[in-house]
Amino acid sequence: MEDPQTAIEVAAGADGRAVVALAGVWSIQEALPEPEAAAGEVSGLGSKAVRFETDRITRWDSGLLVFLIRFEQLLQETGITIERGGLPEGARRMLALAEAVPERAGARGKPVDLIWIGDLGVWATGMWNGLRDGVEFLGNCVIAFGNLARGRARFRRSDLFLFMQEAGAEALPIVTLISFLVGTILAFVGAVQLEQFGAAIYVANLVGIAMVREMGAMMTGIVMAGRTGAAYAAQLGSMKVNQEIDALATMGISPLEYLVLPRMIALALMMPLLCLYADAVGILGGVAVGVVGLQLSPITYYQYTQWAVQLDDLVGGVLKASVYGVLIAFFGCLRGLQSGNSSSAVGEATTKAVVSSIVAIISACGLFAVLFYVLGI
Amino acid sequence: MSSASDVPATAPAGNGTQGGGAPTAFAPDAHITVRDLTMAFGDFVVMKDLDFTVRRGDVFVIMGGSGCGKSTLLRHMIGLIEPAKGEIFYGEESFTRATPAAREKMLRSFGVLYQTGGLWSSMTLAENVSLPLSEFTDLKPAQIAEIAALKLALVGLAGFEDYYPSQISGGMQKRAGLARAMALDPDILFFDEPSSGLDPISSRLLDDLILELQASLGATVVVVTHELASIFAIGSNCVFLDTDTRTMIAQGDPRELRDSHPDPKVRRFLTRGGQGEETGHVQEK
Repeated sequence: MEDPQTAIEVAAGADGRAVVALAGVWSIQEALPEPEAAAGEVSGLGSKAVRFETDRITRWDSGLLVFLIRFEQLLQETGITIERGGLPEGARRMLALAEAVPERAGARGKPVDLIWIGDLGVWATGMWNGLRDGVEFLGNCVIAFGNLARGRARFRRSDLFLFMQEAGAEALPIVTLISFLVGTILAFVGAVQLEQFGAAIYVANLVGIAMVREMGAMMTGIVMAGRTGAAYAAQLGSMKVNQEIDALATMGISPLEYLVLPRMIALALMMPLLCLYADAVGILGGVAVGVVGLQLSPITYYQYTQWAVQLDDLVGGVLKASVYGVLIAFFGCLRGLQSGNSSSAVGEATTKAVVSSIVAIISACGLFAVLFYVLGI
Repeated sequence: MSSASDVPATAPAGNGTQGGGAPTAFAPDAHITVRDLTMAFGDFVVMKDLDFTVRRGDVFVIMGGSGCGKSTLLRHMIGLIEPAKGEIFYGEESFTRATPAAREKMLRSFGVLYQTGGLWSSMTLAENVSLPLSEFTDLKPAQIAEIAALKLALVGLAGFEDYYPSQISGGMQKRAGLARAMALDPDILFFDEPSSGLDPISSRLLDDLILELQASLGATVVVVTHELASIFAIGSNCVFLDTDTRTMIAQGDPRELRDSHPDPKVRRFLTRGGQGEETGHVQEK
């Protein structure tokens, strides 16, 4: 009715059947009339049957079909029979085609309406399954490392070197930037406090110990989780979508050995090196603030740093970095292998990999702090 | 479902119209005209000297051996790749030289079924079909939902509106892809290997569906395939692309090409190699 070109006229026919005359353009590109009014008029006539006159339709497409389907549904509810004879040939065939395959029973999913306790149950079983998957994956990783120790693990050595390059040398620029900035931030925060009682030189101790014991390893870990852990999850996830992982498995090559092992080794080897590098760059950031901002002598700064930072601190930091590397590779690969079979599932897996890695890194950091305290390191 | 007899009868096309002098005017019922098209990736020429017309209401088959450039030709026709030389016309309007706005309008009258369905995996089937409707029409959400349900019912997927593509089989994904291709009631439907990955029965059903839709909608259909059964069941006109000469070597009704094309290569292809040079000789005697 909205469109002047589109028109519905309902009239009582001579033979006792109602006549619905359609005219104008019936297209999804135009506004479509609602069938309720016309259906009401037809049932008002009291006829038991309806036929159509469509000679004056100038153009039609799916818009007409949708109208007719709704119109017929409305009339059938009131027990009026419909004769499709007057409809355009193509429309009759399309309607028949749409009805040719009836809806498969049970295909339409029942709307699941859970109360909160149901949601809680779904969440809890989800968590439990995730934990079980994680433990299973951990076990498989241990077996794979066992095979590696016996020299039986199957993976390409060239892959390992490629992953080492990707997770090592290629990560240097971003690690440089982040650690330098972290070093300067620590120095500024310390300087504001220490300058108040004329102990600005202790910025060297603060930055040195903080970088070497904690921040070097943690910041490298977080950068690598976002960079490499995410990449691993995306790679393995899309390999799963493309059935590449199935292909490996059916050839008798363990995806765990072939895909996960080299990634884990690469990160476990590269993370300590990156951490050492980050420590050095972070201390340089501190030097920059100390020398330029606080007018400290570089020599004094160097001596204080050397005096403050012990070998224990360095070894502890590097050890942590290696553990973080294994955690990042573990969660990156686990989430990738758990991914569903669609592009959105791969994105989800990548997000989960980064979140899990960072949570794991921070938790591990806390555990190490307690451990080192108890051991008195 | 109706059978192959529902194809609009088309006059037998002139055999082997390859070359045949550059046409200057358009054929009277031309829907798609490809003129002097060269497809190339850098310096590598995939196909050259392509000249053919798809008539309105045709089911036009692009055929040829694997890797000869069939899909590349389709991708040229739908504007995913620009021609190295030559031009493609829809009606009498150039697609190749159209302004971006004009081209977008032309693209909206196309429906494309990609080889692997190309469904958006983060959306349900209903959302897949609804997206073009909600972007390009002013319909109300309820009407869009009805149209999406209708399109899915047309391809035999009634009730599967809320499924994600990963939850249904490959054949159903193909059909859902077809429903999405039809969303805007296109004038031209392009199919890239519709039967690849389908069993013979599903493939046959899809062919029937294509024919039925073509007959009821009156759309022009362009199909890339090398499935002989499909070619003869649905094709009313075709071009044959040849890898060796890097051009088209035959054009016309596929049944006629099989029976009487002078080039044995074409006859051999259309008879699965069974009626080639050797057996061809026997028949000629």
